[in-house]
Amino acid sequence: MRPAVALLMLSLAPLTLAGEAAGTIKISRGDAHIVRGGQQLPATPGQHVEVSDSILTGSDGTVGITLNDDTRLTAGPDSTLELRRFVFDSTTHQGSLDASVQRGSLSVISGKIAKASPEAVSFSSPSVTLGVRGTRFIIKAGQEEN
Amino acid sequence: MWGFLLIPAAMIVGAFLTQPEPPPQPTDTIILLPDEDGSVGTLVVSGSTGQTTLNSAYATAQADSAGGLSAGTTSAAAVENEFGAMLAATPAAPRSFVVTFKSGSADTLSAESQAEVDEIKRYLLTLPAPEIQVIGHTDRVGSVEDNDRLSRARADTVKQFISDAGVTAVRIDSSGRGEREPVVATADGRAEARNRRVEIRVR
Repeated sequence: MRPAVALLMLSLAPLTLAGEAAGTIKISRGDAHIVRGGQQLPATPGQHVEVSDSILTGSDGTVGITLNDDTRLTAGPDSTLELRRFVFDSTTHQGSLDASVQRGSLSVISGKIAKASPEAVSFSSPSVTLGVRGTRFIIKAGQEEN
Repeated sequence: MWGFLLIPAAMIVGAFLTQPEPPPQPTDTIILLPDEDGSVGTLVVSGSTGQTTLNSAYATAQADSAGGLSAGTTSAAAVENEFGAMLAATPAAPRSFVVTFKSGSADTLSAESQAEVDEIKRYLLTLPAPEIQVIGHTDRVGSVEDNDRLSRARADTVKQFISDAGVTAVRIDSSGRGEREPVVATADGRAEARNRRVEIRVR
């Protein structure tokens, strides 16, 4: 397939764009915020998470999020999590997911996209990128300061 | 005239040049956990200079500042100790429930489902910010059009009892699929109790 054709097809695919709900906060403890377009919003249960949002937690903060494909993300204390990309077709379960932990810790239970198209799911920290084959894991970015 | 300084200067420069690189510092750690059903998946961890595959419970990969990756293992106890509070804030796994209805009825549940409904309500009341999908179905007695209406009416009944129970959902979607998605395939016109149902998917 020529690149021009591939680009056209991508642009026609159903996308979850910035501003659309990609998931919902289920649990929020301690100091926790969503950073959206430069604004900080308190992270409260029931609040939507959108593509391009960052989740920011303080030293006592924890946030549990369920994405629309049933992926479950939990950010631990002193963490920055960015949802870079989320596309999900609830009929075919195809889509893509890209999330990054810049600092702190994240636990993940992968969802329907990882089952249907594992190559389209990636998680990253400052020094590694993960390919996921339907699984549960923890990413801890950096070392604890002693 | 300043030549006597050259030799020590060269020694100092030389010392800097031959100074071994500082050892790479450990940075990010990845830990593969067993799934909730006890099975273990696979993670492919890629650093800037290599790749490693984790496929056993509590296997770890640690990156270092030079881009290297080293494999290791940890334990359930160590994970609980360091990450227990975070893991305890993991959202509940999505669940689904099925309630069945009396033949032709949109508001009378089967006897078995009457008891179950209370349990479903109790569960929903414990969930923070639930998202609920209610999908009605019928068996193949009656016309396709009547069954579409009946399936939607069944879904609406269930949606109503969820709202009446005081569940504050982020959203409750209700829809009917008529006789299109039987759990038990039957000939047209055949009554089948297991198909007269409403699915409640909760996340």
